[in-house]
Amino acid sequence: MLLIDCPYCGKRPEVEFHCGGEAHIARPEMPTAVEDADWGSFLYYRTNPKGLHAERWLHGHGCGRWFNALRDTVSDAFVATYEMGKPRPDRDEATASSPSNA
Amino acid sequence: MSQPFRRPSGGRIDRSRPLAVTFNGKQLEGFAGDTVASMLIASGQHLAGRSFKYHRPRGILSHGSDEPSALLSVDWRADRGAGYRDPNNRASVVEARDGLVVNTQNHWPSLETDVGAVNDLLSPIFVAGFYYKTFMWPRKFWDRVYEPVIRKAAGLGEAPEVRDADRYSNRHAHCDVLIVGAGPAGLAAALAASADGEKRVILADEGFEPGGALLNDVTSEIDGKPAMAWVAETVATLDARENVVILPRTTAFGYYNHNHVCMVERVSDHRADAPEGLARERLWQVRAGEVVLAAGSHERPLVFENNDRPGIMLAESVRAFVNRWAVLPGNELVVVTSSASAYRTALDAKAAGMRVSIVDIRLDADCGTELSLARDGGITVRTGHTVIKALGGKRVTGLVVAPISANGSIGEKTTLACDCVAMSGGWTPSVHLFSQSRGKLRFDVELDAFVPGTSAQAERSAGACRGVYDLSAVIADGAKAGGGSSTPQATVSFAGFQPVRVLPTDADATKIKAFIDFQNDVTAKDIKLAVREGFESIEHVKRYTTTGMATDQGKTSNMNALGLVAGILDRPLPAVGTTTFRPPYTPVTFGALIGPARDELFDPVRRTPIDPWAEKNGAVFEPVALWRRAKYFPQAGEDMHAAVARETKAVRTTVGIFDASTLGKIEVIGPDAAEFMNRIYTNAWLKLKTGGCRYGLMLREDGFVYDDGVVARLAEDRFHVTTTTGGAPRVMRHMEDYLQTEWPDLDVFLTSITEQWAVIALQGPNARKVLEPFVSEIDLAEDAFPHMTVKTGYVCGVPCRLFRVSFTGELGFEVNVPADYGEAVWKTLYEKGQKHGITPYGTEAMHVLRAEMGFIVVGQETDGTVTADDLGLSGLVSKVKTDFVGKRSLTRPDMVAEGRRQLVGLLTKNPDEVLDEGAQVVDDPGQPIPMKMIGHVTSSYASSNCGRSIAMAMIDGGRTRIGETVFVTTPAGFTEAVISNAVFYDVKGETVDA
Ligand SMILES: [Zn+2]
Repeated sequence: MLLIDCPYCGKRPEVEFHCGGEAHIARPEMPTAVEDADWGSFLYYRTNPKGLHAERWLHGHGCGRWFNALRDTVSDAFVATYEMGKPRPDRDEATASSPSNA
Repeated sequence: MSQPFRRPSGGRIDRSRPLAVTFNGKQLEGFAGDTVASMLIASGQHLAGRSFKYHRPRGILSHGSDEPSALLSVDWRADRGAGYRDPNNRASVVEARDGLVVNTQNHWPSLETDVGAVNDLLSPIFVAGFYYKTFMWPRKFWDRVYEPVIRKAAGLGEAPEVRDADRYSNRHAHCDVLIVGAGPAGLAAALAASADGEKRVILADEGFEPGGALLNDVTSEIDGKPAMAWVAETVATLDARENVVILPRTTAFGYYNHNHVCMVERVSDHRADAPEGLARERLWQVRAGEVVLAAGSHERPLVFENNDRPGIMLAESVRAFVNRWAVLPGNELVVVTSSASAYRTALDAKAAGMRVSIVDIRLDADCGTELSLARDGGITVRTGHTVIKALGGKRVTGLVVAPISANGSIGEKTTLACDCVAMSGGWTPSVHLFSQSRGKLRFDVELDAFVPGTSAQAERSAGACRGVYDLSAVIADGAKAGGGSSTPQATVSFAGFQPVRVLPTDADATKIKAFIDFQNDVTAKDIKLAVREGFESIEHVKRYTTTGMATDQGKTSNMNALGLVAGILDRPLPAVGTTTFRPPYTPVTFGALIGPARDELFDPVRRTPIDPWAEKNGAVFEPVALWRRAKYFPQAGEDMHAAVARETKAVRTTVGIFDASTLGKIEVIGPDAAEFMNRIYTNAWLKLKTGGCRYGLMLREDGFVYDDGVVARLAEDRFHVTTTTGGAPRVMRHMEDYLQTEWPDLDVFLTSITEQWAVIALQGPNARKVLEPFVSEIDLAEDAFPHMTVKTGYVCGVPCRLFRVSFTGELGFEVNVPADYGEAVWKTLYEKGQKHGITPYGTEAMHVLRAEMGFIVVGQETDGTVTADDLGLSGLVSKVKTDFVGKRSLTRPDMVAEGRRQLVGLLTKNPDEVLDEGAQVVDDPGQPIPMKMIGHVTSSYASSNCGRSIAMAMIDGGRTRIGETVFVTTPAGFTEAVISNAVFYDVKGETVDA
C-alpha cells in the first residue's frame, strides 16, 4: 500500500485517497469556443509516461482536499506532493528512482 | 508412546515441563520447547503423511518453515468444540503444548495402509503437464470422472468443514528500522540500530526462540563464549532498551510498496492456558523507515532415486534435532553431501552417539578442513561418490552408493545400511522478501545462488540471505546493516559447496522417481520431460510441471529445478531465469488477513433512523448501496406482489408513508452558491426564488447524465441538494473537484448532511390531512404552499424542512427532521394517520409508483452513456447558459446523431406478462443469429393502478417509433410488445396539485 504525503495532513495510507488521473489539464475558459477535436482531447486523451507523472489526488477520507502529486510510475515513489494551482515542481527522473521514500 | 529416541540430557527443552499431544489418536510425549516434529522423532515415528500426487509415504524433511512434507491437520482447541481445526500445518513449526490434537493427511483408510498409494504405480499417467494432457477430452468426463476422482485422490489436507471459531486481531505499527529474522545477523543489526536509543526498532522472527541457526549450534563460540550465550546476552540487552520491540512467532510474509511489511504473529496457539477470547493470531501492518532483511538461507536436498523416503532429512535439520531438541533421528546415519556444512552434522551426531558415515560427492581436493576433521574423528568418508538410490518404503533402510570415476562412469555399488540420511546440496539464500520488495536479484556464480542486487526500497539484506555464511562475517554484516559496526571473533564455519543438480546414476532415468519438489510431487524426470516438450523458460516449466508452486513456494526445490533446466539446455543458470517470489512467504490463515472484519463488521450496514420501526413492523429489506431499506411491508399471507399492489393502491387512493432518509443530501452554502449550482447543473438556478424547489440534472463533462435530484433554495446563499441514494459520495466528490480545482475563486462550502436529516415522505390524496394537525408555523394550503416549494417550521414540535414534492405523481410532502427525531415523528404520523388510511410502503412500491409516472432512476434507466435528450429531458438543459459541466459535449457529432437509444415505454401484448429488466429487444425474432439488438428493458413492474404490466426501455430511435411492435427476450423465447410513451398513469399530471 502506498504512503502518500498529503500537503495538508502529512503521510497517510493509500486507502484514504482517491486518484483523479492526470494533473495540469486545465478546463478551457470557454468550452463552447473549443473545436470538437480539441474538446475530445481534453475529455479523453491522457499521457501514460514511464517515469514521473503528475497526478491529481483527493484525500477523501481525511481533509477532503484535492492536491497534485509527482509519482514515478515505475517505482511508485512519490517525488513530490503540492497544492492545487501550484506549478509542477522541477524534478529530474534520477530523484524518482532513489529507493528512499520513507 | 514413550520417547526412545530422546537423548538423556541436553537440548533447548524444559524437561521439568512434560507435555502430551494426541497424534492419530495416540499419546505423543515431549517437553516444553518441542515441536510436533521433534516429538515424533523422539518417539521414533518418521512416517508423517502421504504425498500430494503419488501418496508416497513421507517423513520429516526439515526443522523449519521450509518443510514440504510433514503436513498435519491440527485441532488447536479440541476441548472447545468445532471450528478450531485447520489443515497443512508443518510439523516442524507447530509448537508442542498439552491438548493439541494432530492427524496425518492424504490417506485412506490409514497412514500405514493407504489405498491411494496405487497412484505411485499408476504414475505414468501423472507425468508433467498431466492436467493439460488428461483433461482435454471427452468433455463430459470432466464432471463425472476427472474432477471427483482426481480431486479425491490428489490434494493436500481437508478444508475445515465449519466456520473458524477463533478471533483474529489486526494492528498497525510504525518504526524506524524493522529487522526480519533474529539469527546472528538480525540480532547484530538490532543491537546496532537501537544503540543510540533514537530509533524505534522492531525485531521479528518466525520462531519461538531467537537465535536462528545458532539454536542448532553447540560448538561455535563468539568472542570466547558459547554462541547461545552471546544470543542470550544480546536478547537481554535488546529487551532492556525501551526503543526495541521483539516479536517472536512473527512471520514477515509480505513486503509491499513504501516499506509496508505485513507480518502475522501467532499469539495463542502455543498456550495451553490461553483464555477464551484471546486472539489466535495478530496481523501486523508495519510501515518502516528502513527494513533489514536477515532471513537466513534454505538447505538444498540432493536429488536421487527415492530421496523422499521417511528418515531422509536435510543435514542441518538432523543437526537441529540432535542438538536443539535432543532427539536422535535414528541410530545409523549416512550423511550425503556436496557441502562442507553437513560435516558439522556428522560430527555432532557422532558425538551424540549415532553411528555415522559420510558420502561426499566432492573429491578430496575440493573439500576443506572439514574432511580431515571428520576422518580424524573416526568417521568413514567416501569422497567422489554418488547415491544410486535409497532403499526401504515407510522408512529408509539403506543407501546404494558408488564411486564416480574421472570419466563419469559409475563404479562398484555398495549398500550402506542406515535408518537415517542427512543430505545437503548446499544453500540457497532466502531472497523471497527482497524479491517481493521489487529488488533486482543478481546471480552469483561462486555462491551458485541468486542474491539481492539492486534495492527498490529503503532496505538492506544481511547475512545468509545474501550469501554471507561465515559466522564472524554474518555478525559483522548484520551490524553494518543496522547502521553500526562489529568485529566479532567467532568460530570459523564450515562453508562452501559444490553445486549438483541430479546425482549421477546408471539407472534408467525414465523409470525412477528422484524428487525435486517434495510438496507437489515433481521429479527430475518430469522436468526433463517438460524441457523435451519445448518448455524452456523456468516460468513455463514451473507452470507445466507445477514445480515450486506448492505452499512452500519451492524453498527447498527452486535451485535444483533451475539448475536442472539450465543443465539440460546447456545454458548459464541466469539465462533460464528465476521465478518471481510473491507473498505470502509462508501460508497465512484467512482469519489473520480478515481480522475483525467479519460478520457484522464485514460490510457494515447503514440503517436509517426509522429502520427499527420497519423491522418491528415486519418489513422485508433490500440492500441499496451500503444501506438496508424496507422493500415492502407484507401483511399476513401476502407475498411481495400482493403487498406491493396494496401499497401502491393506497398511495393513489388514501396516503402512503415512506422512509426516504437514504437520499443523499448536500448543503451548498456561500455568496456564490447560486453561481456554483448554475455551473454544476444543466438547468438555471440564479432565478430560483428562496423557498422554491427545482428538479436538477447533473452531467459529467462528457455530457452523460451523472445524477439527479430535487434541490431547494433555503436562502439567497443556501441550497439543500438531494442526490440519489447510491450517488451521494460521488456527487460530493464531483462537486468538490470542480470547486477546488476549476473554480477556486467561488466562495462556496459543501457539507454532506445525508446522516443529519431523516426524511419521511407522505404521498397520496390524504397527505395534507395527515400532516396538518402536527405542523406549526407553516401554512399547508395549496396556494400558500404549492408543489415544488419548501418551508421551514415545526412538525410535532421538531424543527423541520418541509418539501412539497412528489416522486409518485400524488400530492406529496417530504418531512425532513433532525435524524434523532426521525423515528418519533414517523410513529406519530403513522399512528395519527390511521384514520386517513395511512399505509407504509417500501422501495418496491416506490419504484412502481415512479415508473407509472415515467420518472427515471439514474443508474437504472441510465448507464453512463445516456444523455438528457435520450431520456426526453432536454427541457431541463438550459439553452441560455453559456457554460455548465457537460454543455460542450452535448454538441459533439455522436451526441446529436440520429437513431440514438431513447427512453420509451413498452406494453406487452399480454397485460399480465412482466418483462425481465435487462431483457434485449429486437425487431424481427426470425432473423439469423447474431441478431441485431435495438434496445433493452430498463424497468419493469406489475402495476395494479394501471391494471397491467408496464415497462420502460431504451430503444434505438424510440420516440419516433411509438405504436410499433417489437420483440423482447424472455427465458421462454420472444414475446411481443408495443412501444409507447413512458408515462403510464395520470398522463396529464393532475393529481399532484390536489
Ligand atoms: Zn489531507
